[in-house]
Amino acid sequence: MKKIYYVIGGLLGATLLYMGCNRAAGLNTNGALASSAAEKVYVAPGEQDEFYAFLSGGYSGNLTVYGLPSGRMFKEIPVFSQFPTSGYGYSEETKPMLNTSFGFIPWDDLHHPDISQTNGELDGRWVFVNGNNTPRIARISLETFETEEIIEIPNSAGNHSSAFITENTEYVIAGTRFAVPVPQRDMPINEYKGNFKGALSFISVDAETGRLDLKFQVIMPGFNYDLSHPGRGKSHGWHFFSTYNTEEANSLMEVNSSQNDKDFIAAINWQKIEEFVDNGGGTKMATNYAHNVYSHETHMGTSTMKNEVITVDPTQVEGAVFFLPTPKSPHGCDVDPSGEYIIGSGKLSADLTVHSFTKMLAAIEAEKFDGEAYGIPILSFDDVMAGVVKSGGLGPLHTEFDANGNAYTTFFISSEVVKWRLETWDVVDRKPTFYSVGHLMIPGGNSRKPFGKYVVAMNKITKDRYLPTGPELEHSAQIYDISGEKMELLYDFPTHGEPHYAAGCPAELLASKSKKIYRLDENKHPYAVTNPSEAKVERNGNEVHVYMSTIRSHFTPDNIEGIKVGDKVYFHITNHEQDFDVPHGFSIIGQNTSELLIMPGQTKTSVWEPKQVGVWPFYCTDFCSALHQEMQGYVRVSPANSNIELSWSLGE
Amino acid sequence: MKIKFAISTLLVALLLIGCGGKTEKKDDGFSVERTKSSEKVEQKAPETNEVPASQRITLDNKGVGQIKNITLDPEINQEMATTGGELFKTNCTACHKTDRRFIGPKMQGILERRSPEWVMNMILDPQLMVEEDRCAKDLLVEFNGAAMANQNLTVEQTRALLEYFRTL
Repeated sequence: MKKIYYVIGGLLGATLLYMGCNRAAGLNTNGALASSAAEKVYVAPGEQDEFYAFLSGGYSGNLTVYGLPSGRMFKEIPVFSQFPTSGYGYSEETKPMLNTSFGFIPWDDLHHPDISQTNGELDGRWVFVNGNNTPRIARISLETFETEEIIEIPNSAGNHSSAFITENTEYVIAGTRFAVPVPQRDMPINEYKGNFKGALSFISVDAETGRLDLKFQVIMPGFNYDLSHPGRGKSHGWHFFSTYNTEEANSLMEVNSSQNDKDFIAAINWQKIEEFVDNGGGTKMATNYAHNVYSHETHMGTSTMKNEVITVDPTQVEGAVFFLPTPKSPHGCDVDPSGEYIIGSGKLSADLTVHSFTKMLAAIEAEKFDGEAYGIPILSFDDVMAGVVKSGGLGPLHTEFDANGNAYTTFFISSEVVKWRLETWDVVDRKPTFYSVGHLMIPGGNSRKPFGKYVVAMNKITKDRYLPTGPELEHSAQIYDISGEKMELLYDFPTHGEPHYAAGCPAELLASKSKKIYRLDENKHPYAVTNPSEAKVERNGNEVHVYMSTIRSHFTPDNIEGIKVGDKVYFHITNHEQDFDVPHGFSIIGQNTSELLIMPGQTKTSVWEPKQVGVWPFYCTDFCSALHQEMQGYVRVSPANSNIELSWSLGE
Repeated sequence: MKIKFAISTLLVALLLIGCGGKTEKKDDGFSVERTKSSEKVEQKAPETNEVPASQRITLDNKGVGQIKNITLDPEINQEMATTGGELFKTNCTACHKTDRRFIGPKMQGILERRSPEWVMNMILDPQLMVEEDRCAKDLLVEFNGAAMANQNLTVEQTRALLEYFRTL
């Protein structure tokens, strides 16, 4: 018996030892691999990332700023949505930014960021984004990382094939996804076909100031203009839009707008149309849209209503607009760095269709047309197609490029990124994503000069990627190293809202010019207090204006009396700090708007309507110094009929 | 038993304290044995032999920072002092009064206590000074931990402020 025990014991021991060794060996191997992926995304404490990435926030209405390769989020830039964190859209200065022809709109669905370019290369001055729901385009400064301008797009609905910029940032282009009556009018929905239109808007960008101006709209047939990209290099001057619902169905679209085996990519020679408009072409149409501009001098947004737009009938400008037949409801419409290839991702197909710009010009020259749609020539498919990528995947959506002739396409249905070669159209690698990837982004991957080190895949479905947080989850993103022949999955990180597309650039393009403070001596806000002796409280009927200043760690004044129930109190707060990263906050009990977060040198205003008699405190919400907790004050609110004199003080 | 007794005594005591706290008094305040920090500085002699930083005379100390040596003209440059006065109003008065202690020390007589170099270094990089200069560090403690704000002034502006201090 003993012997048997020994044997069993020995066997067990040996097995364990063996397993142990094996396990250790296995761990070592995995460990080595894992650590190499980890090292690639590890940004040591105190060190900084290699790239900025601007991920759209989708239905959050805002834009998020990330670092790559770490996947760390640095900032959420409020654009189309109210943002209590900073008071954007709540403060008196920023409310005008959200004004539209529909009135004040506190929200939008932000889709596609695009960084400004010069000669087809990223120049890092601004990033442009589109509001999809209430059609708008915003320009965000890449010095302040703040929204500086929002322009509403009339005659548009579902502003989706936007906001893409031409290679010298001459225009930011915004196309409508939904066809609508242009101008809007009361008419039966089922008379869509032939009556609804698709407006493609060309918004000029001032080279110095970035100021936007809706220069003209091309009024196209009533298809759905889904995505678009500018030509570059040889195709500079053209812009390409994918379309679906060329059936012009108005109901049960998921069936009825998928009937044609081919839809179109619309090729628009905007330089020709620009010339036409410059020479007095086009028709002025009465309309109504808001143009909102924010000034970093007055720290204030102003909204102006405009009431006219120049529309262009594409059939009136010869040789300016053509349709390229493209299979199965193309979604992504991407142009390679050379400007030669236009890739249509038929989202209901397995294949990608690649059109050649050179062949397109030749076909136009030779008039190789297959017919026309509403007077716009349809080019013959075989004469414009350069190749087909037989991917083996399902549901191609979007393509980005590296600098070495490779293209990377996302496949939504088969959840993968597929790498393929331009010109040979061969698939060279594929990697799964987690799960159901939408857009992907390579820094500069939509320019003449991509920085092909990483690709970020932005997914629509998260499921089991992170610890569960109930039914609602943030979306997941994966970053892959694409510097080698095969892609390598490095890291997985959650994103905020629903990123549709992103734009990235090398850190050095922006980091050194990022603004640190607003200069107090440049502050032109009408209610700014440039030195504490100017702090005061003024009454004008029921309106009370408090001119207040802050510095570590007190408000001037911090005691205010003589406010009455029924007053409308404007707190205009100027932050007198002139040092980097010393914001002060302001909040007061019963504030119906939001707090304010005021950067050094800035002035912001919050309205407070006291409803109850009493002595009510206010305080700084941003932990500003060791004496932050002491940064507080009181407002005495007296009955409406009281005759307490207005008074204010600090330290008396 | 003893323990039980102790516990009940404690409970009673707590109850008493609790009840005591609830009575509303209409006093203007309350008083306990303590000294106000501001009084301490001016009235009470320090426990050590050390003079409070605000009263120390450290004219030989040039501080830490980019200003190494400043020679002052015997004549005050009035134009420069005027510029300095304007800058003082916008950048400093939130915390400094000329004639009395406020958040920070008063500015009158500053150049009888500190060297011109020290003053300029303190304005140009208060954080560095607090880290590396003994006097600046002691001032921070004496002034309640209220760190001096870096107002991002240029050397030229700081020099103008210094000239203004000479007029006080």
